Amino acid sequence: MSGATTPSTGAGAPSEPAQGERSWPLWEVFVRGKRGLSHVHVGSLHAPDAELALRNARDVYTRRQEGVSIWVVKADDVTASSPSEKDSFFDPAGDKIYRHPTFYDVPEDVEYL
Amino acid sequence: MYGNDVIDPNEPLNAAETAAYDAAAEHDDQRDGRDAVGDDFDALLAADQRIEPRDAMPDEYRETLIRQIAQHAHSEIIGMQPEGNWITRAPSLRRKAILIAKVQDEAGHGLYLYSAAETLGIDRQELLDRLHNGKQKYSSIFNYPTLTWADCGAIGWLVDGAAIMNQVPLCRCSYGPYARAMIRVCKEESFHQRQGFEILWNLMRGTESQQAMAQDAADRWWWPALAMFGPPDTGEAAKGGHTEQSMAWGIKRFSNDDLRQKFVDMTVPQAQKLGLTLPDPDLRWNEERGHWDFGEIDWDEFWQVLRGDGPCNAERIEHRRRAHDEGAWVREAANAYAAKQASREQQQKESAA
Repeated sequence: MSGATTPSTGAGAPSEPAQGERSWPLWEVFVRGKRGLSHVHVGSLHAPDAELALRNARDVYTRRQEGVSIWVVKADDVTASSPSEKDSFFDPAGDKIYRHPTFYDVPEDVEYL
Repeated sequence: MYGNDVIDPNEPLNAAETAAYDAAAEHDDQRDGRDAVGDDFDALLAADQRIEPRDAMPDEYRETLIRQIAQHAHSEIIGMQPEGNWITRAPSLRRKAILIAKVQDEAGHGLYLYSAAETLGIDRQELLDRLHNGKQKYSSIFNYPTLTWADCGAIGWLVDGAAIMNQVPLCRCSYGPYARAMIRVCKEESFHQRQGFEILWNLMRGTESQQAMAQDAADRWWWPALAMFGPPDTGEAAKGGHTEQSMAWGIKRFSNDDLRQKFVDMTVPQAQKLGLTLPDPDLRWNEERGHWDFGEIDWDEFWQVLRGDGPCNAERIEHRRRAHDEGAWVREAANAYAAKQASREQQQKESAA
């Protein structure tokens, strides 16, 4: 559960988080399903520190043996590319179709190519 | 399934075990064709592609999703209470272990969903506040009491069955994190429904009073389960509701009425197999339609319970608030420990430098 307490303020009153209690930081969770596969992002959770984030991740995301290894990463520590710059960011790969094998014309009767 | 053979594992017992679920799970992988569509919201929807957290989206779409996912998450965690009541009184160690696992799953489902809602830019604490002060709702089904052990069977069979019917189409919801959470949830719900069916199956093969207990539970849960699909939203009733807009946004895939009919069609033969009589004198097979006809749902009761006048509304929220408040010291202690560890690490770094 994330940090702030909700004092019972009676009917209908919007409750403010109690002073001084911090929300637990958000962690992104990556699980390796089995040997030979890479860790895959499965979701996120709140936890006060890395150790509890790992334990919570085990309980939330691997209750049915879905994993043999877990990574947790503070969500704040993830640097992501920006969707608004997606076009210019990925543009350089757009006009280099010669990076794909299908670009090349080769005779049909050559084997193992 | 602990090696029992009462249910043919090849027979679909609920919607999570049908092709609809497989198709949605498969659809989740959409690498192909992504670039051709571009990033425009309407174009993505038209191409049946997913919207992801940092994409541009209309405010109303975002607000609708926050409301729906939050209500769904609240339902999962409030839904722990009716069955949680029976953990200490489960009739055997086997049943107790199963019930604990199920209630723990509901907590997990709540967490998947809160985490999906947070990708839309809202804090989980804010959502819990809205639940605690009554600004956001949860499914009204959880405002009914669990009076006997058979209710745990009826909840698994009918309530989880109806929930799965609702949730399988959501695996194809246009919002990526919600769809992915639903795929996980549906996979796990399937055991919930089976264990409920098995409880009733055993009771119906027990003493006369056990059979009566199972019948009584079915009598009380059948109509509230049908109401879970929400008010009528086809024909005349389609005007003014949310269904049309939610369908245009790819959040909703079928009308409430369609899903309710599918649920009735799937469940009536199961009731017959169990030997239970569903409490509806108008229930009969309609050859012409190829569906089961069923009687009128008491919508006055539905709205009354939703407004807060159900048998357990006050108790559920009171219990939820108390659990949250009484857990405050644990959260504070974990924070204090984390802070202490962090400052120790800092000191060690400084003295090493």
